[in-house]
Order: sequence, then structure tokens, then C-alpha cells
Amino acid sequence: MSTFVFRQGLLVGASSSYVGDLLVVDGVIAQLGKNVDAPAGAHEVDATDCWVGPAFVDLHTHLREPGREEAETIESGALAAAVGGYGAIMAMPNTEPALDNVALVAYVLERGARSVVDVMVAGAISQGRRGEMLAPLAEMAALGVRLFSDDGTGVQDASLMRRALTYAKPLGVRLAQHCEDESLAGGGSMHEGALSSRLGLVGRPSIAEELMVMRDIELARLTGGAVHFMHLSTARSVALVTVARDEGLAVSCEVAPHHFTLDESACATFDALFKVHPPLRPASDVAALRAALRSGAVDAVATDHAPHAAQLKDLPFDEAPPGMLGLEHAASLTYEALGAREADPTSFFRLLSRAPARIAQVRSSDPRVGHGAHGAALQVGEDANLVVFDPLERWTVRADDMHSRSTNTPYDGRELMGRVRSTLVRGRLVVDEGRLA
Amino acid sequence: MIDTIRGQNLLSLEGLSRTAILEVLDVAESFVEVNQRAIKKVPALKGRVVASLFFEESTRTRLSFETAAKRLSADVLSLAMASSSVKKGESLRDTIATIDALGIDAVVMRHQSSGAAVQVSRYVPHVRVINAGDGLHQHPTQGLLDVFTVRQVLALRHGTSGLESGAELFNGLHVLIVGDVRHSRVARSDIAAYVALGAQVRVAAPGTLLPEDIGSWPVEVADDFDEALDWADVVGLLRLQRERGTGSFVPSLGEFTTTFGLTMDRARRLRPTTLIMHPGPMNRGVEIDSRVADLPSALITRQVANGVPIRMSVLYLTMAGSGEGSGL
Repeated sequence: MSTFVFRQGLLVGASSSYVGDLLVVDGVIAQLGKNVDAPAGAHEVDATDCWVGPAFVDLHTHLREPGREEAETIESGALAAAVGGYGAIMAMPNTEPALDNVALVAYVLERGARSVVDVMVAGAISQGRRGEMLAPLAEMAALGVRLFSDDGTGVQDASLMRRALTYAKPLGVRLAQHCEDESLAGGGSMHEGALSSRLGLVGRPSIAEELMVMRDIELARLTGGAVHFMHLSTARSVALVTVARDEGLAVSCEVAPHHFTLDESACATFDALFKVHPPLRPASDVAALRAALRSGAVDAVATDHAPHAAQLKDLPFDEAPPGMLGLEHAASLTYEALGAREADPTSFFRLLSRAPARIAQVRSSDPRVGHGAHGAALQVGEDANLVVFDPLERWTVRADDMHSRSTNTPYDGRELMGRVRSTLVRGRLVVDEGRLA
Repeated sequence: MIDTIRGQNLLSLEGLSRTAILEVLDVAESFVEVNQRAIKKVPALKGRVVASLFFEESTRTRLSFETAAKRLSADVLSLAMASSSVKKGESLRDTIATIDALGIDAVVMRHQSSGAAVQVSRYVPHVRVINAGDGLHQHPTQGLLDVFTVRQVLALRHGTSGLESGAELFNGLHVLIVGDVRHSRVARSDIAAYVALGAQVRVAAPGTLLPEDIGSWPVEVADDFDEALDWADVVGLLRLQRERGTGSFVPSLGEFTTTFGLTMDRARRLRPTTLIMHPGPMNRGVEIDSRVADLPSALITRQVANGVPIRMSVLYLTMAGSGEGSGL
């Protein structure tokens, strides 16, 4: 472990910010203030004009290992995450085989512990993610799993979802749901509307998502269980969750950068890079999600980072797998959506770090899984998982420069505002000057 | 709007102007004559290579295109690969690269996935791509041959020729399209062509066989099928796409026939001048009564015959480019 001092950055706390220095000793925040005297030999990081806050936490990362290592590995996904400013990522269970038992969860945690960021695991809700029988939630919870999901698809069967919520409640864990009723969305490959019908593509209608959001809100009410709604893509979905949250139900929600930056018109090229589930929606939904980011109606930004081998994205639109990369540009896209230069730094870190850390329950370190605390308030004594974000830097996304093993970004060639300059995880500067250290 | 397909790909009829469509029809008129000669061949595309790439099974369209290419003296590489690219384990990009390596000037392609021809046109920008039907998206040459056939028959009735009449005979023409619009690439191309030429289009089908956003299409939805039949100058029937799972969209084929089939009873009540069209292959006894298909007002075999000059015209225009090679 060594000593770092971040000089003259905007230190973004949970509710207020000020320009100052931040000293890290042995992976812990040792001192903060307008000017801090660093011990001799401290690694100086100039953070002038930059935002310094808790490293980002991604609630939704597809790491593809085990099973599809040609698309991504835990190691490569972690590198992409670090470059994107993430200190902790939640591995989704739709690997091959699915992460539905202790052995596989332990495997991912163990591989994750050797990667450059903290890797958490979302265990499967049902065995094999088949939506039939409950997976061993209690055993996985004992290993430190705090979020469960059948992501890739949602739990279709209302009775199984009800049972899962009832079973999960005393475990203190949360169920994360991919909301799309496959009886309505199945076979579809883009948003259902005028454009899908013109293009002759079968649609995945908004109602497929919204009905499942409604159903699971009611099941959360019935069981008292906690539901996290993943990658909400419509204005109505967010509105439903907002009402439920105001009623005091244990619900939270995330949105993905592609849903608040791209609209369905991108599908008119038939380029499968733009295929994702839930699908890209009309511009009106995109605008509503952006407004929801600012208003606080949305708890978190989550990437739904979904690497796919290039040859699979060359398939015809209806045959290609859904999903796109997210980790390396999520922070920039969030910054832009919050209004770029007008962006509020507190909201930025709330969406990318503090709220997801709360939802993932990684606000305190967990020796069982070897990860530290995340989403810190920036106080002395906290684990120093930190990011330095330069809001003034402009950069251009290059698919070939991604650290992911895959290149399926829909933003290739797009110029973005704001970039991660440094990422400090477990007392180690893993990204420095925008590059892997 | 696109005003000519000369030297362009033909991927969709959407966005083609009246001028562009008329150009295809007018060039096709000149090829009708070629097809009536003893030696049915012109050297227009001599030395050019057309790859005919059918990922989805089709007999009539493939034969029609290949016949058209041969009558223009083009060499034809015919590849039937009726299996999904996923099953074959080869991407569309690789398949096209392989064919392209053989040295080709144009690809005529049919694929079960909407947009496949659009994707291919990106992979081989130096090759002209002609969409011979992609998923539920478009079937441009079917749309063109349908309006060509209507113009030909109406011109004959009016004692003029297709060439002279231009788009005049379509002005206010009542076209009724019946059946599985939701799953029909033919409907999408037909509607684009008829509307561009000035016709009024109505559709008639059970609500489940109409696209969800039919309100945004440039058509009216007929409330009453029998009344719409009375209104129509042209009745275009669509194949009920049983292979696309239409089954769950209507309670039974029998019920569809009763409510929206062109039965003998309904055909008898049509005005004698009303034209009956079907793109084939027909489900006789489902969307059309077998006897109706054989009535003189049914233009079904004429549609097939006109497929050749229309496809000659499309191949000629897309491949000939603006300046080079007339050879007519």
C-alpha cells in the first residue's frame, strides 16, 4: 500500500462539495481539507478542475465468464470497468452455466478478487435461470450475495416471483428484475411502433415492460420483499416505480446509458449494434429518462454492459443477440445527460456510485468476499475507492480502443464530454491519467 | 425522395418517387416485347455477373429473377442456401464476402430476416443489391410488378398503352389490400407503390393481422369488408403467412375464410371490372376460393408473367448505371 494525495479537486460529498486536497494512506481516506500536508514520498495526483468522489459502482455487468470468454472475461471486464471509473461491478448470472449455486458464485468471486476492481455477484433467482425452481438463495446469500436476478430475461411466472420475494425477505437480499413479459415481447427485436412495422421487425412493446413493473410492484407490496427494477426504458415504467417508492415500498430502479442517449431510430439501419433488451425506445421516452435522472426519480445509472463477439453482431437484426458495451462510456454519457457543464456533481455521484452502492449493499467492506466499502461520503476513515473525473475533457469513442474483449459499442466515433482520469481501488491507483496504470 | 434507381441498390420501395417507379415500369414495357420474340435475349448485361442468393426458399421469384438476368445475357451464379445463417454457423458478412470474391456485379437476395439486404449492401458497397424479399420488410419487385400489371390491364381497357398512360390511370384508383398485412412484405411494397402513383389504398383484415400502428400508414382501414369490396377497383389478396405463426392471430383458417376470404359468393358480388390479384403462392380455399383464382378477372398468372420484364428492368437499371451500356 502506498500514499496518495489528490490535489485541488472538487471533493464531492453526499450533499456538498468543496475544492481541496484528499490524502489516502494504506487504502483509507486519512485526511481532507483545503490544503493537506502530504507525507514525503506520497504519490501526487493533480485533480485541478476535476471532480473527486467515490469510485462508481455498476449494478449490471455481464462478464460472460464462465462460458463465453471470447466475448469477455472477469479480468477484461474489470479492466474496462476501471477505465470507466468503476471500483465495483455486479456480475450478472446469465453465464454458461448460470451462476445459480455456491460453487459458481465462489468461482466468480475468487476470480474477481484477483481482478483490478471489486467484483460482486448477482446470483440467479431460479435454477438455471429457467424460471421454474428457486435457486439456493440462502446458501448464496451466506457467501455475501446481496442481489439476485434471472437477468437476460425476467422471472415470467408470477407465482415463482412471489415465492422468491417471500423467501428472500428474511435473507435481507434484493431481487433485481429484468422487466419484459416474454408472452408480449418474445420474438421481438426492437421497440414496437410505427418504425418497427415499417421495417418489418417484430416489436417488443412498452407494455411488455410496464406490465411486469406493475406486477412486481404489487408483489413487493404483497410480500414486503425488495425489488430492484433493472434498465427501465419507458417514461411510464419510471413513473410507476416513483409512485411505489413514494408509497414506501422497498423498490428501486436503474436506467442504462443507451436508453437515455439513443432512440429507436438507430434501428432503421438494421445494424444489430443497436439491438438491446429492453429495446431502444422513442425519443419521448429518452427525454423522460433524462429528466428522471435529474429529478431523482431514478436511483441509479447501470451499464448493462453486454459484450458480444463481433460475428454475432454481424447476424441479421432478428437473429443477433441483444446487448451493447457500457462500462467505458457510462460516466461521460451520464455527465452529458445531466447537462454537461450544468451537471450537478452530487447527482452525478449519487447516480453512479452512492445509490448503486446502497442498492448492492456494499457500503461497508465485506471480508467474506474480500471487497471494500463503496459509495463513500468522503470522510476520514472510509475505504478509499475513489475516482477523479475530468468534466472538461473531450474524447472520441473508438470501438477498437475498448479494454473489453468485445467491440460492440453503439457510440463508435462519437465525441463525448468528460472522462475518467484516475481510479483508485483497494488503495491502488489502477487508472492514472486516463490509462491503466 | 429517390428519383431513379439507375446505378442504385433496390432495397425498398419506400422513398421511391413516382418518377422512379414510372421509369422502372416504362423500361419494363420495352422488355415485354423482348419476351415475345423467338429469341428472347438482348445483350444489355453481357459479361456481367448476377449472384442469386436465396437464403429462404422460393421457386417463382428465384426463377423469375434468373430468367430475367439470362434474357439480359448476364451470367447467373445461383445459390440456394435455405437455412438460417445461425444454423450454418456463418455470418451474413462472411457469406457475402465469399460470393463477392467470385467476382460479381449484383446480388439478388431473399432472406427470412428483415433488413438482411440492407446489411449486405453495407458489406459490399461496390455491388448492386436487389432485395428479392426480406422478412416482413419489403419485396420491391413484387410491388413493381403488381402496379405494372394493373397499369397494363387498365391501359388496354382504355385503348392506350402503359407507356402513354404514365401514372394517370392510378389517379384516384381504389385499391383494397386484404389479409395478413402485419406479416406481409408484399403489402408494405404494394402500398408504397400504389400510394406513390396516386391510388387510394384501403386495407381489410382482422385487427390482429394489421400492424399495431396502422393509423400511421398512408391507408384507410375498411370497417366493412363487403362494402370495401364494392368500393374497390383492385382487390389485392395476401397470402396468409401460416409459416410465420399467423395461426395464433386468428382463431382458425375457417373463420378467416368466412370473414375475410374472397369466397365465390363475394366474388360474384364484385363489379365486373374489379381486378383480383394475388402475389402467390396461394392458399387456395383460405384467402381465395379456388374457383375465384381461375376467373378471368384474376390476374394471378399475368402477375407471374410480368415478373420477368419488371426484373429485367430492375436489373438493367440498377446495374447499367447512368451513362454506360444501353445495348437494348
